[in-house]
Amino acid sequence: MSDPKIEGYVFKPGFSGMAKDTGSDQTMFKGVHWGKAMMWIFLLSDTFIFSCFLISYMKGRGSTLVDWPYPSEVFGLHVFGVDVPLLLIAIMTFVLITSSGTMALAVKYGYEKNRKMCGWLILATAIGGLTFVGMQAFEWSKLIHEGVRPWENPFGAPQFGSFFFMITGFHGTHVSIGVIFLFIYAYKTFAGHYDERKRGWFTTMKGDYVEIEILGLYWHFVDLVWVFIFAFFYLW
Amino acid sequence: MDETKKKEQATTHKIGIYLWIWGLLFVLSFFSYMVDWYNFQGMLRWSLILIFMFLKAGLIMAFFMHLFWERYALVNVLLWPMTAIACFIFLMVAEFEYTVFTRIFYFVTGG
Repeated sequence: MSDPKIEGYVFKPGFSGMAKDTGSDQTMFKGVHWGKAMMWIFLLSDTFIFSCFLISYMKGRGSTLVDWPYPSEVFGLHVFGVDVPLLLIAIMTFVLITSSGTMALAVKYGYEKNRKMCGWLILATAIGGLTFVGMQAFEWSKLIHEGVRPWENPFGAPQFGSFFFMITGFHGTHVSIGVIFLFIYAYKTFAGHYDERKRGWFTTMKGDYVEIEILGLYWHFVDLVWVFIFAFFYLW
Repeated sequence: MDETKKKEQATTHKIGIYLWIWGLLFVLSFFSYMVDWYNFQGMLRWSLILIFMFLKAGLIMAFFMHLFWERYALVNVLLWPMTAIACFIFLMVAEFEYTVFTRIFYFVTGG
């Protein structure tokens, strides 16, 4: 969390700190790790990409005169002789929230220099993410099997397929990339790269547990986007 | 080194707060699933979905992503651009209403 290059800098909380921060010389966000600031900027740009997808979905769904497929039935599952609406999506939501919780704890234990606990929690997060991607693959193959295509589907408005595959596909890509990085970081944590301040593969930056927080920001963002997709695409 | 240690300790919080937020997220997700389960319709459905959505998003951002404890400069840099998205949503709502209007109009009158 600290940047040793800036000496004699005292952070002020509240609005006076904000004024000092935005009007400061040389750098803004003094004392914030550059990787963390850059991750936030990246997440902001990613927010705009996902917003564009969701807004175009809103526009497409709003302007079609054909009935929109009823998501509750389209994504329902037939279990033990009963039709349960949105069952798979609900399980996916709970799995993603669980993995978000373990990630938040991993960040906490990382800052407390609890290497083992941090590593196990990152691994648990990765497995949660992998479960999520697996269920999404199941959902996709089920819908493709039922005849949903980006240009047509048997349930209603033909735009449904293209928005579904685009939005959940882009989100699933984010989750998959996150899972890959979670496994890498779990290895790096267990190997003690952050305790020994070992430098990374493509950087001269020394290892620090702040990297776990940066990874955590990305993972929570993936969960955050799912909250909006769940509300707008599946429940609406 | 001492200073570094002090700063790092300041960024960790008690485990209870994370467990609380985690539990709340579960409960809110369960509620939003119940909206679909009980098949609420109309304004009730939309308002409930939006309320649960914003509560969940707020909890994740504030506590899991630490924005609640973050400096105001960062919080403002992140949240003000959202007004641009809000503007875009309003523009596109007007746009799709116009599209629907023209479609219905030309389908009825035949152009």
